Amino acid sequence: MRFACIDSKLIPEKLLTSPEQTSPISTFEQVPAQPLNPDYPYNKDLQQQLSGKQLLIEDLIFPLSELQAHYENGYLLYRKGIISTKNKPTCTRCGNHDPHYFAAFPCARCKEECTYCRKCLMMGRVSACTPLLSWTGPLIAHETNPPQLSWDGTLSTGQQLASERVVQAIKENKELLCWAVCGAGKTEVLFQGIDAALTAGKRVCLATPRTDVVLELTPRLKKVFPSIPVASLYGGSEDRHLNAPLTIATTHQLLRFYQAFDAVILDEVDAFPYSVDESLQYAVRQSRKPTSSMIYLTATPNEKWQADCRQGKRDYVTIPARFHRHPLPVPVFHWCGNWEKGLKKERLPANVLQWIKKRLLDGKQCLLFVPKIERMNDILPLVRKLHPKIEAVHAEDPNRKEKVQAMRKKDIPILLTTTILERGVTFPNIDVAVLGAEDRIFTESALVQIAGRVGRSAQAPSGEIIFFHYGKTNAMIRARKQITRMNEEARMKGLIDH
Amino acid sequence: MSHCQICMTDMMPQIGWRALFLKEDPFSICRECASKFEEIKGETCRSCDRSLENVAPQFKVDDQCADCIRWETDAEWAGVLDRNYSLLTYNTFAKEVLARYKFRGDYAIAFAFVPFIKQRLQSIPFDALVPIPLSEERLYERGFNQSEALIIASGYKPTNLLTRIHSEKQSKKSRAERIHLPQVFQTEASLSNEKVLLIDDIYTTGSTLRHAAKLLKSAGAQSVCSLTLARG
Ligand SMILES: [Zn+2]
Ligand SMILES: [Zn+2]
Ligand SMILES: [Zn+2]
Ligand SMILES: [Zn+2]
Repeated sequence: MRFACIDSKLIPEKLLTSPEQTSPISTFEQVPAQPLNPDYPYNKDLQQQLSGKQLLIEDLIFPLSELQAHYENGYLLYRKGIISTKNKPTCTRCGNHDPHYFAAFPCARCKEECTYCRKCLMMGRVSACTPLLSWTGPLIAHETNPPQLSWDGTLSTGQQLASERVVQAIKENKELLCWAVCGAGKTEVLFQGIDAALTAGKRVCLATPRTDVVLELTPRLKKVFPSIPVASLYGGSEDRHLNAPLTIATTHQLLRFYQAFDAVILDEVDAFPYSVDESLQYAVRQSRKPTSSMIYLTATPNEKWQADCRQGKRDYVTIPARFHRHPLPVPVFHWCGNWEKGLKKERLPANVLQWIKKRLLDGKQCLLFVPKIERMNDILPLVRKLHPKIEAVHAEDPNRKEKVQAMRKKDIPILLTTTILERGVTFPNIDVAVLGAEDRIFTESALVQIAGRVGRSAQAPSGEIIFFHYGKTNAMIRARKQITRMNEEARMKGLIDH
Repeated sequence: MSHCQICMTDMMPQIGWRALFLKEDPFSICRECASKFEEIKGETCRSCDRSLENVAPQFKVDDQCADCIRWETDAEWAGVLDRNYSLLTYNTFAKEVLARYKFRGDYAIAFAFVPFIKQRLQSIPFDALVPIPLSEERLYERGFNQSEALIIASGYKPTNLLTRIHSEKQSKKSRAERIHLPQVFQTEASLSNEKVLLIDDIYTTGSTLRHAAKLLKSAGAQSVCSLTLARG
């Protein structure tokens, strides 16, 4: 679209009453903000939908004239969707500045060659003539009637310690990394902190890269905070316009937020795609108020973050032990030769075969991680000769959910899998092996997560984790070291009994 | 280094397959994306270009499909559209890519189709490439006309002969409703025996294209064919 600038005020072409010189929003030096008119009877629905957000005109159902009236009275701001410096475009919504992710087209809205961002396209196209709308009027006062938290569980000593640090960081608007081993029970650690924030009238967001996790966390948090509305946001969810004191969202959904939250808690910082997608990291930054707290949760911080922690560059707290006070199972390395070559002759390494046979004989369920789908498909017929009910699963498998379900019901003795099951999914009493642990796909954190699948329940707190490999890698060694260090720390702090 | 217009991965320059696969226009999509498209090949309907290979015998007569027989035996519509050419099967991947192109407005996707279009245009005689127009609201909403963009991206000049009269959603109507709709397009052109080639993204029932063809024939076109990316 095009705007005219009259008396330091932008006016959309469509609302002009006389012909004026117009141009796309990106060409204005600055977009002038208007002083707030306290007497203006602003629209409460618009406030609900727009405050803390950055939206396109077509994301809202309000007529352009009404949006413009809010702008003129200082309740709404137009921001440039694309900012160009020295001919290099940056997308204001997603932060993309990789030239390959921009293209231009002859635009029917501004009648010019218009540059647009291909990175965040799926949330509606942002181009050089697109204004991003945000709310500059009064914020919504969320009613608070403490106490809000309704939870009568108890925290382990490790959890309690971490919980106190989370509360403190939220109160003081600080950043904190909470490094909790797989099975530590990290969600409960957040309850007190969220409660403290809500009681202080703060707006909280619990974000995670994965939709599965949003779906799993929503009912849990609704249950412990029964008196407040909780917005649950993921692609296609219905809470899109719900302005709630507590929001649970995929990091992707945060692209629509702007200076909304006093506290952002980011679960699984190290998980795909957040770990590799700069625009999601940008989205998280944009969603925070200038003064706000940030809590990172992970079981497996990357090397850089681990180093930052050791060097005192990053505030962190660890929960080195599991809730059930048993140590983490430590990976055992077994060399298995050139297993890929063997597979070409339809042979599995003898020690791998032995390991599988033993589990089948004992009736112990297990997961076998394989680096590539193709290799998994080679292995499946071989192991099915041992047991016809063995299954394989990968990311694009349409029957993924059913297979995981069947594994839970113990209908499947052994499940072959790619890294897709490395996190999130837990089975109570299993052994785990990785075949080809030397593959690049098995990073330190992937291996720690995989090892974290073993011994999760208090009834069956131990189990085997084997890395079958054709040459030890640094990632394998670091993963094992990370686990043994955590066990040592837990022992020292008296967090394990066994 | 060039990037695939669909999946954005880096592509190594000078990979032999592209020369083999598409003859020219070396860069636009990667091998993996190209392999997910299904070019229409083998025996097709002589009117609409639908592949006849998996069509049951009762739904075709010789080299014409049942739909086209229906059109061509209807006195009002017989011979209106001389024939349709389609490039790709409307498979899941094509559906996905076209939706991103059209509904999300990812203009750059047009370049993914350029090699297919250019190659085919070499063997179709035409005097004018005419895009199927959008209503004004729809054009504003999408920001560009997806048919016109295909022509421009392929390096040709579109001839805008048609405008839309009204804008109700075609896709919500049944086939019968669409066929019996009064005129959808208007034209001010007067043609003198030109060979017109209509360009659109998908051939679904063929009714939109036939409405356009009928109008252009009465405006003096010698022949009206259509080229669509996909045969739905
Ligand atoms: Zn963007
Ligand atoms: Zn534009
Ligand atoms: Zn590609
Ligand atoms: Zn046909």
